[in-house]
Amino acid sequence: MSTVPTIAPLPHVGKVTQARVALSEWTKLRSVRSTRWSFFAAVVFAIGIAALACTVVAHHYPQMDPREQANFDALGVSLAGVQLAQLAIGVLGVLVITAEYSTGMIRASMTAVPKRLPVLWGKAMVFAGVTAALMIPAALIAFFVGQAILSRHGIDIAFTHPGVPRAVIGAGLYLVVVGLFALGLGAIVRNTAGGIALFAGIMFVIPPLMNVLPASWNNAASPYLPLAAGEAIMSIDSSGNNLSPWVGLGLFVLYALAAIAVAAVLLLRRDT
Amino acid sequence: MIEAQGLTKDYGDKRAVDGLTFTVKPGIVTGFLGPNGSGKSTTMRLILELDAPTAGDVTVNGKHYRDHTAPLHEVGALLEARSVHTGRSAYNHLLALAQTQGIPRSRVDDLIDLVGLHEVAKKRAGQFSLGMGQRLGIATALLGDPSTVMLDEPVNGLDPEGILWMRHLLKGLAKEGRTVFVSSHLMSEMALTADHLIVIGRGKVIADTSTEDFVAQASGSLVRVRSPQAARLAELLAGPDVTVTAVDGDGLLDVKGLKPAQIGDLAAGNGIALHELTPQQASLEDAFMELTREDVEFKAIEPAVVA
Repeated sequence: MSTVPTIAPLPHVGKVTQARVALSEWTKLRSVRSTRWSFFAAVVFAIGIAALACTVVAHHYPQMDPREQANFDALGVSLAGVQLAQLAIGVLGVLVITAEYSTGMIRASMTAVPKRLPVLWGKAMVFAGVTAALMIPAALIAFFVGQAILSRHGIDIAFTHPGVPRAVIGAGLYLVVVGLFALGLGAIVRNTAGGIALFAGIMFVIPPLMNVLPASWNNAASPYLPLAAGEAIMSIDSSGNNLSPWVGLGLFVLYALAAIAVAAVLLLRRDT
Repeated sequence: MIEAQGLTKDYGDKRAVDGLTFTVKPGIVTGFLGPNGSGKSTTMRLILELDAPTAGDVTVNGKHYRDHTAPLHEVGALLEARSVHTGRSAYNHLLALAQTQGIPRSRVDDLIDLVGLHEVAKKRAGQFSLGMGQRLGIATALLGDPSTVMLDEPVNGLDPEGILWMRHLLKGLAKEGRTVFVSSHLMSEMALTADHLIVIGRGKVIADTSTEDFVAQASGSLVRVRSPQAARLAELLAGPDVTVTAVDGDGLLDVKGLKPAQIGDLAAGNGIALHELTPQQASLEDAFMELTREDVEFKAIEPAVVA
């Protein structure tokens, strides 16, 4: 460091483009540990819990009473791990943006891309893409591992059964939307603890709180909450109170887009 | 080239920057001086449009920073507050920023070598010392081969060798024709590096002058004269804009308002011997303190003298 430094000029000066910012966001995402750990946890949860749940259920199946056996949901048991995987994906979705604020990285990001919005879009695109690339296969593996275990007792469900491919691949898509919703909330709050609390509150705390409402109100409103709406895609049981699969997932996508839209407006307005 | 016009920023009901108007020119090092809390960092954030001004305007190379298509090629900035993800390596930090505007990987390698971070480039930035963090900040600032380099307190945390390196770097960048804008709260450091000074206190410009003039003004052309005929000399020197003070009874005078040559000529013309004729330069630190005395936000309370 003691010699007089000279800085070579750049041979070529590029422009900021959305594709370049997305590549930058990919570098950011892959180069921190929290990403690897969270995705690893999500995949292990999705597959591991499915295997565990199917093993336990298969073991108990002979002892179940006939009514329980009739209601047995072979698909649901093999997708049980998604419940836990969504926590890992949700926390990571919040962290992807809030860690930039807590570390100060956001100042460097916004100096490189002062128009700001490409950074938010880039994060959303890359995080959604990686989540889909990992969690759709994870859901498929969870399903086939689970059904393989259940098949030993002849209580499995075939992938070709109506609605099953949609439900299994939908489980992966559901996790993508969970991640985007969490990212949007994190970008609004700009604080890790606050973002995770808001995400968990909306997803997991509000639904049981609905029980204090009169039953008719609760039944009318509950299917439209983010969690219930999103989870409709994973079910082949249409007898309940839930929205139809694609309407439900579509509504959940709207929740996520709304959160990201609010975040985008705030990103342009607020000081960094 | 940075041009600010009436730049003003309020945080709540506190005015951090108050109607700043200044131009930072290319080809020289411009020092941005002011006590802590005087608004230097805020001004730099406004230039980068990280914060929006309450009033006024600032442009870089004739455009708002946000409107440049290759921002890192226009301004390379080192902010005082850390702007690095602590869990990411220095290499990946630089790479991610470079990729936003198609800056090649080889450039990242070059800069890591330039600032001497080769050994630790793959280590997480959170483990860096203050000095290493500053070097990474410098590398970040130079990534896009910027025409304007803006550094907030760059010598903070650097060892003496690093400070010297920084001085050479800043002068070299200016010599290449770049605009170099460097903030500091240390007058002495700026005196060695800067060609031009913008001094602010409580968010207002209180001086915008060349370093040379600032020094001359600060010393107020005080000249120390020693003569065996001090009393007679004092009479001769007396005039409307001249003050002569006897420093001691031994023929030593402090003269304000005349140049050494004028004093020497006058003495020679009247056959008065001079034993000493020394222009006095007030220390820059003193001058700076004098200038900003009223504008220091957090003043230490003078210890009360107990009788």
